[in-house]
Amino acid sequence: MLIERKWKKWVYFYLPMALFIVFTLFPFYWMAITALRPDEELYHTWRQPNAAPLWTLAPTLEHVKGLLQTTAFPTWLWNTMLIAIVSTIISLVCGTFAGYALSRLRFRGSEFLGTAIFITYLVPQTLLFIPLADIIRDMQLGNTPWALMLTYPTILIPFCTWLLMGYFKTIPRELEECARIDGATRFGAMVRIIFPVAVPGILSAGIFAFTLSWNEFIYALVFMASADQKTVPVGVVSELIRGDIFFWGQLMAGALLGSVPVALVYSFFVEYYVTGLTGSVKG
Amino acid sequence: MADVSIRELNKKYDNGFHAVKDVSLEIRDKEFLVLVGPSGCGKTTTLRMVAGLEEITSGEIRIGDEVVNDLPPMDRNIAMVFQNYALYPHKTVFDNMAFGLQMRGYAKADILKRVREAAEILGIEPLLERKPRQLSGGQRQRVAVGRAIVRHPEVFLFDEPLSNLDAKLRVQMRVELKRLHEQLETTAIYVTHDQVEAMTLGDRVVVMKDGRVQQIGEPLELYGRPANRFVAGFIGSPAMNFVEVAISRTGDTLWAEAHGLRLKVPPHLLERAGQRVTMGVRPEALRIANGADDFGFATAVDVVEPLGNEILLNFRAGGVPMVARVDPGVRVKAHENIRFSLDPERLHFFDAKTEAAI
Amino acid sequence: MSEAIVNGRRDRVSRLTRLLENEKALAAALIAPGVIILLLFIAYPFVMALWYSLTSIRVGEAGEFVGLANFTKAINDTIFQMAFKNTVFYTFWATIFKLALGMWLALLLNRHFRFKRIVRASMLLPFIIPTVLSAFAWRWMFDPTFSVMNWALYHGGMITDRLPFLSDGDWAMWCAVAVNTWRGMPFFAITLLAGLQTISPDLHEAAALDGANAWHRFWHVTWPLLLPVTLVVVVFSVIQTFSDFQLIYVLTGGGPANSTHLIATYAYQIGVGSGLLGEGAALSLFMFPVLFAVVWVQLRSLKRMENA
Repeated sequence: MLIERKWKKWVYFYLPMALFIVFTLFPFYWMAITALRPDEELYHTWRQPNAAPLWTLAPTLEHVKGLLQTTAFPTWLWNTMLIAIVSTIISLVCGTFAGYALSRLRFRGSEFLGTAIFITYLVPQTLLFIPLADIIRDMQLGNTPWALMLTYPTILIPFCTWLLMGYFKTIPRELEECARIDGATRFGAMVRIIFPVAVPGILSAGIFAFTLSWNEFIYALVFMASADQKTVPVGVVSELIRGDIFFWGQLMAGALLGSVPVALVYSFFVEYYVTGLTGSVKG
Repeated sequence: MADVSIRELNKKYDNGFHAVKDVSLEIRDKEFLVLVGPSGCGKTTTLRMVAGLEEITSGEIRIGDEVVNDLPPMDRNIAMVFQNYALYPHKTVFDNMAFGLQMRGYAKADILKRVREAAEILGIEPLLERKPRQLSGGQRQRVAVGRAIVRHPEVFLFDEPLSNLDAKLRVQMRVELKRLHEQLETTAIYVTHDQVEAMTLGDRVVVMKDGRVQQIGEPLELYGRPANRFVAGFIGSPAMNFVEVAISRTGDTLWAEAHGLRLKVPPHLLERAGQRVTMGVRPEALRIANGADDFGFATAVDVVEPLGNEILLNFRAGGVPMVARVDPGVRVKAHENIRFSLDPERLHFFDAKTEAAI
Repeated sequence: MSEAIVNGRRDRVSRLTRLLENEKALAAALIAPGVIILLLFIAYPFVMALWYSLTSIRVGEAGEFVGLANFTKAINDTIFQMAFKNTVFYTFWATIFKLALGMWLALLLNRHFRFKRIVRASMLLPFIIPTVLSAFAWRWMFDPTFSVMNWALYHGGMITDRLPFLSDGDWAMWCAVAVNTWRGMPFFAITLLAGLQTISPDLHEAAALDGANAWHRFWHVTWPLLLPVTLVVVVFSVIQTFSDFQLIYVLTGGGPANSTHLIATYAYQIGVGSGLLGEGAALSLFMFPVLFAVVWVQLRSLKRMENA
């Protein structure tokens, strides 16, 4: 660390840092405040002299209660969680196997396949959703969680494969060779020796995939029609606006509570998430 | 307990690199055979083909009576100690050593007994419940060896196991490995680039270069009767001194001549009279001369390196730099003129073109 | 140590496992599940989308082959032209801001200070939270009647009338850029931070001793060394931003008066809203060449950088 003058530290570091923090976190504060303010307070226009939007002296849980009791929000939470977990598991399994094969086994076409898998990442969902809707319907999976559990992996697998490829490359070859000499089959060496050592990488890919699932919107929007099948993002967007009226209190409560599960899971695995994020770029 | 037979072994990579060229070795049961050579000479590739970790391009490998070319490693009943130990980081020392036995379906009681035995032989019993990251380099190496001996394989394979240890530990482990081998009486193939390890450990030593076997023989044979210039220069430290000389004949005596150098040489070089050959003399074969004679030469000393148990003298003779090893009692100073003498029986000669020994 | 046990390995292993001893067979088996899913749900629909774009297919009727009619219609469609321009504008500015702010934040986070871990963790929240949810919060903050920003600026004496955040097409696009920046900046920051940490402090110390000030140190030491990572991050971000849907959908819905559409949202409106599947597919396809070109340029630049 280079020595620098005290005032410089304040101007060049503390001040910008504080600004960044406020900029980044203010919307969340806003969400929370809105969710807890009674309606009368909420609907003060900005011009009104006694408008005090930044805090409230009479916090209330009416929006939260309304959200949980009168809408299908709890169901959406459950749906989203279930779909996220299953998609993540499917993607991890496929991604780990494929990542291992592409990085540790020698066979013709491995480079081609690696590039091909990467290319699929480029095909935007906003292109595929039209024909996919038909395919899903033909497979009679429309409006069921499986529509998403099978399509989310298309977004997650390329990423998981790629991340794990990079991770596997850091494990010394000798571990497998030794295991095979010790008597393990190729498959056995992979599962008993390499996978346990790769757990941090697998966790990173998993947590990243999990957050990506929660964030998905368009497939859920197009494939899920009935209110009790929707995921949180779709539900909040489509069901909490009745007529032309935005029920901001409930909306923000929904936005906040909808963010909590992901944020919570993330907070337990921050280091893994960061590794996943940066690993994907380095890979 | 088995002999290993390698016949006309070849390895060519997809990019065309021919790593192992027609290597043939017959390794006797219980023999400790060392493959030694500089990096890239093909010794490790050969070892890996015996292990089943590399595919064989052509040739045959037999372990015992069985041709093992197409057998995966798990079916070959061999054990290997890797340069980086390759210990399973998520398993305890005990589990590391037990893994191979578990793979082969041994009973729990058997496994316990065998691991304990091996641990005792290597002195690592107190470490059994630890994980590899809690061990020092030397301890890890022992566990790696323990993991191999637990299986009572037919052949042990060693891939430069001592390279990652510091110098003192290396010397210690060398002795232990030799003792271990005598105790276990199992065929062993050992790869190293260090010729000291090769000489001290091997019953026989195979010197390799550029994918080919240069010479096979007992250590002292390689030292005393190297088959070509490469082996002569590779074995022995400090390395043999080489100088190009012209063989001339006056009457019945043969001389080797180079710039400032004129030595009498043995008669078996008769047919080389009038030709140039490479002459080699080991640093330890040079002595300080008592008087002038025809088996020596005079020169000025450049640098003196006192090592305690011996003194190395650096000088120039015949136009090339040379090294001599003399007793610690010798009093010589830099830039002093001195005279060396040597035993003509200890001179080596090599064809200038083919580098084969004459 | 009977022979039976020593050779027992051979009998204990099933036929299937033996088959998988072959490197190629194992590779095929491991890659198969992933490839099958990708083929079924990406490759196949992609081909279908290509086909749809060449027909007049609508919801309910199969339509007929129309060649490139959908594409020409799109090119002549003023709304699409607007959407394309918007997408480029949006991607360009958002990326620039994300890169600049992300880099700045990364440099700040590269120091040691108390609460660093918790600050770093919370800075990622905008990126973690589902986009539509945070976009809603921003929409609320921009609301014409109740905007907290208008409130703050008004009471700060800077404006007398409300700012038309989302009610004016141009303003709305800039707001979208702002929200996208807010959301994507942490991704840049954290990734660039990881890159920064691989730069040996020796280099900065040597430069400082050589007389370079902070800006010079950044420009001559940090920036060049970060270029590879920067390039990769930028490309990822461009791909995501160019094909973005959620943010505009929630923030403006494409309005007012179709002035803030992106390619993706317009394709959705035509394809799902109006049911014109063929035309919707054609609109979406306009994205693909651009994305492909971006990635190709990146790969070329990276290779050149590696060889330099």
